[in-house]
Amino acid sequence: MTWLSQNLHIVWGLLADHLLLSVPPILLSLVISVPLGRLAAGSRRWRTPLLTGTGLLYAIPSLPLFIIIPAITGFALRSPATIITALTLYGCALLVRGAADAFASVPEDVRLAAEATGHSRWASFWRVELPLAGPVLLSSLRVVVVSTVSLVTVGAVIGTASLGTLFTDGFQRGIEASILTGIVLTVVVAVVLDALCVLAGRAAMPWRRTVSA
Amino acid sequence: MIEFDAVRKEYPGGTVAVAGFSLRVPSHSVVALVGSSGSGKTTLLRMVNRMVEPTSGAVRIDDVDVRSLDPVGLRRSIGYVLQAGGLLPHRTVADNVATVPVLAGRSRREARADALGLLERVGLDPALADRYPAQLSGGQQQRVGVARALAADPDILLMDEPFGAVDPIVREQLQAELRALQAELGKTILFVTHDVDEAFALADEVVVLRAGAEIAQRGTPTEILAAPADDFVAAFVGAGTARRTLRIRELDGRRVVVDGDDRPTGVLEADAREGAP
Repeated sequence: MTWLSQNLHIVWGLLADHLLLSVPPILLSLVISVPLGRLAAGSRRWRTPLLTGTGLLYAIPSLPLFIIIPAITGFALRSPATIITALTLYGCALLVRGAADAFASVPEDVRLAAEATGHSRWASFWRVELPLAGPVLLSSLRVVVVSTVSLVTVGAVIGTASLGTLFTDGFQRGIEASILTGIVLTVVVAVVLDALCVLAGRAAMPWRRTVSA
Repeated sequence: MIEFDAVRKEYPGGTVAVAGFSLRVPSHSVVALVGSSGSGKTTLLRMVNRMVEPTSGAVRIDDVDVRSLDPVGLRRSIGYVLQAGGLLPHRTVADNVATVPVLAGRSRREARADALGLLERVGLDPALADRYPAQLSGGQQQRVGVARALAADPDILLMDEPFGAVDPIVREQLQAELRALQAELGKTILFVTHDVDEAFALADEVVVLRAGAEIAQRGTPTEILAAPADDFVAAFVGAGTARRTLRIRELDGRRVVVDGDDRPTGVLEADAREGAP
């Protein structure tokens, strides 16, 4: 505890860095995956290439990916942009399939009802399909949230500061309290962001509460 | 008036849903397309609001080919009652009823206020307005479906097995209420059902369909029951069965109508409906 109290300002700074590296890829992968997932769910021609293609992204080990991205994009190796790009790709790997499953879960008769009542394709997507895909989409998003928060720590190996820095530093210098703090805080961040997702889901999908009640 | 002019629907792969169908649905009348599954009746219904495009032939509304109309606008101008209500599960009752006016640009507050009146009109307590469809009974959902179809005050109502998913007692209630509503509103209603009793209960004219939407017989319910065109129609309407073969028995001066199994179905009032169709 003395270590923590002496290094509190460093820990706070790394916690903030960690959040700034975790939240953007989560939001970016959501924004990218929803239209791709909708496309995969609605088109037989696109389904296999999209799902297989994005799924394979997950097979790329993270360390090489952190090196390939700067080579392709010109981002600096240790820049947040590199980490955010890599984690967005991983997020999409999970979420495109999740979004495709979510849109496939929208009942066909509801889709027909939307069409019959004069929803344009655009209106049907925003007002009917996306809300009804919400529950399945949310459960995939929660996996992405937890996995992204945990993957951010790998960036510490190439020198991008995050809570992972507390492990790498702690291992090198033999400070157990630092390692432990890093692990505990990473888990706390993951749990808090996950809880926020659940709360946001409840607020956005009020009909779910009455159905299960 | 809705007019089907030699419409045909053939799907890729060669399945013929509608082989060639012509029919005129006069304004302010109720016409039922009756047939078993695979008769193409729902396909015909969906041709009217362009959810299905015919392979050949044309559907006209008041002499305008529907193909010349924007499908989304066309659908908003036609009330559509779906099987089992077809409500949007994530929208409250009031928002479901307000769907079409809101899509057409009316403010949500105004459309919801109108929705309350429509709920009363279809026999629902406006207190249900903030419930979700899953919290309603099947009959209530069906009524909401009718209210939604009426919300934009369309001239035409299309109904797809409107009361198929509710129990017989509720079904009869709903049918009676739809008749009362229609007597007041005078919409042009085209509906499809596999239930010949529903067709007889609601329609001015009944069209019995064979596979491929071939017309086996069309006429008023009375005409069809009195003279089925062939064995197919006779079997379909149950002509000759105990339920349809009624006789009169005299009992203490009262004339009781019994069916083929001697089960009483009602009392015959002297000339009460003399002159009625």
